[in-house]
Amino acid sequence: MKSLFNTVAAVAVATTGATAVSAQDLTIAIVNNGHMINMQKVAEAYTAKTGVNLNWVALEEGVLREQVTSDTATGGGQYDIINIGMQEAPIWGAAGWIEPLNFSAGYDVEDILPAMRAGLSHNGTLYAAPFYGESSMVMYRKDLADAAGVKIRNNDSWANVKGAAMAMHDPDNGVYGACLRGKPGWGDNGAFITTVANSFGARWFDENMKPQLDSAAWNEAVSFYVDLLANYGPPGSEGNSFNEILALYNQDKCGLWIDATIAASFLENPNVAYAQSPNAGNPVGANWLWAWAMAIPAGSPNADAARDFIEWATSKDYVQAVGNHPDFGWGSVPTGQRASTYDIPEFKAVAGFAAAEMAAIDSAAPEATDLKPYVGVQFVAIPEFPEIGSAFGQEMAAALSGAKSVEDALAAAQAAAVSIMDEAGY
Amino acid sequence: MAAVAQTTPLSRILWPALAWTIALIFFFPIFWLVFTSFKTDADAVKPEHLFFFTPTLENYANMTENYDYWRFAINSVITATFATALALVVGVPAAYAMAFDPSRHTKDILVWMLSTKMLPAAAVLYPMTFLTKNMLGLFDTHFLVIVVLCLINLPIVIWMLFTYFKEIPKDIIEAGKMDGVSTWGEIKDILIPLAWGGIASTALLTFIFCWNEAYWTVRLTTIDAATLSKLIEGNRAPEGLFFGRLSAVSTAAVGPIVVLGWFCQKQLVQGLTFGAVK
Repeated sequence: MKSLFNTVAAVAVATTGATAVSAQDLTIAIVNNGHMINMQKVAEAYTAKTGVNLNWVALEEGVLREQVTSDTATGGGQYDIINIGMQEAPIWGAAGWIEPLNFSAGYDVEDILPAMRAGLSHNGTLYAAPFYGESSMVMYRKDLADAAGVKIRNNDSWANVKGAAMAMHDPDNGVYGACLRGKPGWGDNGAFITTVANSFGARWFDENMKPQLDSAAWNEAVSFYVDLLANYGPPGSEGNSFNEILALYNQDKCGLWIDATIAASFLENPNVAYAQSPNAGNPVGANWLWAWAMAIPAGSPNADAARDFIEWATSKDYVQAVGNHPDFGWGSVPTGQRASTYDIPEFKAVAGFAAAEMAAIDSAAPEATDLKPYVGVQFVAIPEFPEIGSAFGQEMAAALSGAKSVEDALAAAQAAAVSIMDEAGY
Repeated sequence: MAAVAQTTPLSRILWPALAWTIALIFFFPIFWLVFTSFKTDADAVKPEHLFFFTPTLENYANMTENYDYWRFAINSVITATFATALALVVGVPAAYAMAFDPSRHTKDILVWMLSTKMLPAAAVLYPMTFLTKNMLGLFDTHFLVIVVLCLINLPIVIWMLFTYFKEIPKDIIEAGKMDGVSTWGEIKDILIPLAWGGIASTALLTFIFCWNEAYWTVRLTTIDAATLSKLIEGNRAPEGLFFGRLSAVSTAAVGPIVVLGWFCQKQLVQGLTFGAVK
């Protein structure tokens, strides 16, 4: 027994001591997706050039947010670089949880798409550099639309989009007119429904940050969404988000799909066409804006080395490195971050969606306006939003499944939003 | 004289068929996981390749190329082994005391220990992070993971051992006392040999629980002490259908524990059903 205790103690001491990290190590928390995984391989060249050893920690999006939040809230130190999204960047920048980013002149910060810069800044200071970005757009089966004699135009009216979905809807042959997010979650159905609501003139909060989910515009927008998806969507839509719909689309079961522009690079049916997101006549439009960006937690002991790495990983040189990499090529370069990427002939030759994606990102407006007095398109850049958005997502899924009426679901979401905002002191 | 139950031809077919059906339903997710791991990500979601496809080891090659699988696996072995050992070192004397020298509070203590399992882990995430990172400096160490896994499983360990020990006649332990055997001698020379089967079952189940634990092992580690649970977590992608890759990682993560369970199934079944039939 004594020897067992000794062994345990020895292992404990040895392993506790093993956490010491050399000055040339960087620990990077990343969300698991294709671009980020590719970066691990492309960055081998960075390590070879600089001698900086990179430790990657890949996490699922929700767990990444949770872990980075708890790390940052407890003073940081666990990671030198973190992947954060557009919802967190301005909030965390304002709170001083992440470092402002100042790069060398050669970085060409003006080349970063203006909408991305605006969404990742607070009071004009950039707090996170975009690694890749996305908006949302309509992706539809041109062969089905042509056969049904319908067209979907850029910024088409919702009525026409619904008409196209109706015309392509053929459930007997396994084709559903419209595939849209219905799975509850602020980043799932919450994101899509918010963009629809924006285009109907609805808004989450008024100028005094009082919730507005009980407005007529919200009722009209959500009623339209429920009607469209319940009548012309696949069965069980309340369980569908990006991945589920991507699988359906690639099984040729969707007429049209409105979702993240990054989806275009995963679509396999060659008969795909793109259109800018629909609109109900409101200037805010219905296309969202998102970026996965890289930031440095305040308190990182390796802030300078971290800044150098971010400068490289979000630079024009990185795009070239991926495009010329023998394992990847121009179809794999991260998009939605820099204007210059869309001028590269090799990229344009392989990315049929490039022009549509660029137009969608360009037209997204995350900044606060008179119509929408807060930062964010498909979210609101306040710390309370994930909680409010999650409650909202649950209610919308209930409305979609028929468990609640649209009115009841919106009333419940409004009550939750009021309660959370009151508790937060707004 | 009691009537002897007659088996009809129908029941001779029906019950085995039902048992096989239930077994296959339970086994199907494991089968599908392994099956999918040999498909490409593209094939994994195509109905035409549901059963017929060209098998590939691409996902396993990517797993070892893109991720340091062996580092995660070794960490799982270290943490699960030492956490199990530590839980037994604490649990055997505790269960011994409760089984053979109970006080009027023993039942309350047992219920209280079990009630700690009812606390939602998320409720103490922030305090745990603050405590282990900022105050103790133990974040992302094997020591921390071992201690946490041990503490999580200790109530189950003590309950299981207590149940086993209660089956051992108290007279045997008391006879040892009469012969002047020390408490440690009673545990080492009398109790452990008599209850060896139960202790082994408890150890196996605890090892499996430690191996599969995901909430704390994902959240209290970064690099150095990250276990296979973290490797699986890192392969979940909200934007992108990487089911082939995820299946390969999951297969490689559960493989060792499934093999261990297969070889030790007799002890496992004994552990799980002990006391159910008397």
